Amino acid sequence: MTTISQPDDATVAGMGEPARSRTTRRVRGLSDRTIAWLFVAPTIALLLAINIFPLVWMIRLSFTSLNLSMSYLPLRFVGLDNFTDILGDEDVWMRLQTTAQFVIWSVTFQVIIGFGLALLINRQFRGHSFWTTIILLPMMLSPAVVGNFWTLLLQPQIGPFNSLISLFTGVPPSAFSMTGQVSLAPWTIVLVDTWMWAPYVMLICLAGLRSIPDYIYEAAEVDRASAWRQFWSITLPMTVPFLMLAVLFRAIENFKMFDMVNLLTSGGPGSTTELVSITLKRAAFEKWRTGYSSALAIILFVTVFGAANIYVKALNKVKQR
Amino acid sequence: MRRMNWLRSTAASVVVAAAALGGLGSSEAAAQGKQLTLCWAAWDPANALVELGKDFTKQSGIEMKYEFVPWTSYADRFLNELNSHGKLCDLIIGDSQWIGGAAENKWYVKLNDFFAKEKISMDDFVPATVVGYSQWPKGSPNYWALPAMADAVGWTYRKDWFSRPEIQSAFKAKYGRDLAPPKTYDELKQVAEFFQGREIDGKKVYGAYIFTERGSEGITMGVTNVLYNYGFGYDNPKKPYQMQGVVNSAEAAKGLEFYKELYKCCTAPGMTNAYMQEGLDAFKSGQVAMQMNWFAFFPGLYKDPNVGGDKIGFFVNPAGPGGHFTQLGGQGVSVVATSDRKDDALAYIKWFAQPTVQQRWWQLGGYSALKAVVDAPDFPKSAAFAPQFLESMGIVKDFWAEPSYAQLLLDMQKRVHDYVVADKGTSQQALDLLVKDWTKVFKEQGKQVASQ
Repeated sequence: MTTISQPDDATVAGMGEPARSRTTRRVRGLSDRTIAWLFVAPTIALLLAINIFPLVWMIRLSFTSLNLSMSYLPLRFVGLDNFTDILGDEDVWMRLQTTAQFVIWSVTFQVIIGFGLALLINRQFRGHSFWTTIILLPMMLSPAVVGNFWTLLLQPQIGPFNSLISLFTGVPPSAFSMTGQVSLAPWTIVLVDTWMWAPYVMLICLAGLRSIPDYIYEAAEVDRASAWRQFWSITLPMTVPFLMLAVLFRAIENFKMFDMVNLLTSGGPGSTTELVSITLKRAAFEKWRTGYSSALAIILFVTVFGAANIYVKALNKVKQR
Repeated sequence: MRRMNWLRSTAASVVVAAAALGGLGSSEAAAQGKQLTLCWAAWDPANALVELGKDFTKQSGIEMKYEFVPWTSYADRFLNELNSHGKLCDLIIGDSQWIGGAAENKWYVKLNDFFAKEKISMDDFVPATVVGYSQWPKGSPNYWALPAMADAVGWTYRKDWFSRPEIQSAFKAKYGRDLAPPKTYDELKQVAEFFQGREIDGKKVYGAYIFTERGSEGITMGVTNVLYNYGFGYDNPKKPYQMQGVVNSAEAAKGLEFYKELYKCCTAPGMTNAYMQEGLDAFKSGQVAMQMNWFAFFPGLYKDPNVGGDKIGFFVNPAGPGGHFTQLGGQGVSVVATSDRKDDALAYIKWFAQPTVQQRWWQLGGYSALKAVVDAPDFPKSAAFAPQFLESMGIVKDFWAEPSYAQLLLDMQKRVHDYVVADKGTSQQALDLLVKDWTKVFKEQGKQVASQ
């Protein structure tokens, strides 16, 4: 039998009194500010170690010629050379253009489809929970899994996607390759990304739709407003802040998109679907151009940060209206 | 009291026994503690090496642990490891193109003194493998690896299809010659066109499988097999790093055009990003008549129950108008400079260099580079693909092995894929841009690049 011996309360009170009171006095002596700092300090230390320090280090490296595959070469300070190199490189501009097109089209489709799904799911119908779960499934998958299984689905000879298209259009399944044709590959990455993330936009929109008080619709019905009129005058304006939030989240995410596209097309055919994140990865971890890639990362960070700030200001204005 | 004495003596015996057992245990643990980690790619020959390594463990008592990474991430993973001075690998079978960077960055242990001490002579190995896998600078007697896995690009074909009378007569009627494994690229294209879309045993088949992969090294390792044979070179042999007119000569541009034509006319749909594994899948599933791939996979293909044995044949990379070469593959085994177990790693290399071990390596499915093995009179008969392997090793050329090879490789991947698969520009423009890219890389490396 296991017994747990408890110290006698009297013993603690008697023998431990001086020690305990010392501790209590010490704790009581700390100001609220000090205690707050004590609690926050580990987080700040962690943030400095894993966020701020690498950022500062990266900024430093961006002004150097460092190439890790040739680390025997002396490290040179090159000033703004890496930045001017990048901004004067036609290929980088092409990759930014590809990225912008991907972001614009995928976010547009995700917002339209996500909002449409939210309007449907917002109604009560039989099997409502079941269908909600089914719709949410894609966003619960890992991008690596999505990339791999879509690669198989889109395989021209054995993939069901081409067979399905063939069924409706009569074009032989092996006559086209969704990931291998210059005209189709950019749309393929948009399609897969939309399939995966439209449910996410749906969730945000659903939150917006459910936040609209019923009495507004009731008042509109009293005024004999049609369903169409209610949508344009109540539903859409009141969900716009949520839609804008969804656009912000998805645009930032898609600007950084790497894994799914890398698995689907590796940036090909040629460089047709090479997003700027793939260029960055290749420069940093395949070509080992550390100085150059640090400069590219900073340019991308500033771009996203600047665009997001402008957008957030616009979002706040919409909210105030 | 007696009972007390008995207890005491029993306790003493237990303590002595425990100490003895503990001693035994600790010496066993010491033997078990000796362990080497060997890093390589995850492919068929790696399985043969695991089997071979059991003999080393038996002889030395050193356990072998393996870190095998798929080819598509092999370079990323291990170059990252070497760059960061990691201690994961004691021994590494690194790609031939890494040798320059590995030597200059001191990632590998220089093996000259060790070879001299252990009387391991590089003259005992196939010359192309010594230059390709061990030497840096090229042509100098500075050795950083022992040739471990000789390899080159070769071709497999469906011998059973080629020998069918109805197919033979159809081919003869169309081209006026017998259907046989091609000796030139023009012949290869004819054969590929002949098979493309043909129905065999109720199944549509395709002409040829060639490398087109974009992400790592695939399309470069494929296209060079044609480019070399059309007159492409990396630089002027008399003026190092002078690439203008050598990389982008009119002949080289024609070679690149030919590769694109072959890709367009005679490959299976969807092969836009395909490398070794996709080729093996296409051949094993009876989809293609001919397949470009590394010799390393041929033992496995020969054993395949569906397409191996009598059904498979092998041929050397065909010649072109500018010569007869093939792309070198393969690797050397090196000791990682940051390893804490360098002596044990060197012991492994000493063991691996023995002729008996090299002979067994070949028997298990690896490719020995030791002359004693490959020049033996019975070697050509030792495997169905042995004669083609021998011939190929005599005509190999390799990609740049400069420290900046990764940049050079990715530039070529981009330019060639852009032209061949994405239909961007002309072959001449693609090679001109490649010269521009490579010039920039070499200048960054501090090399003098002559324009003419």
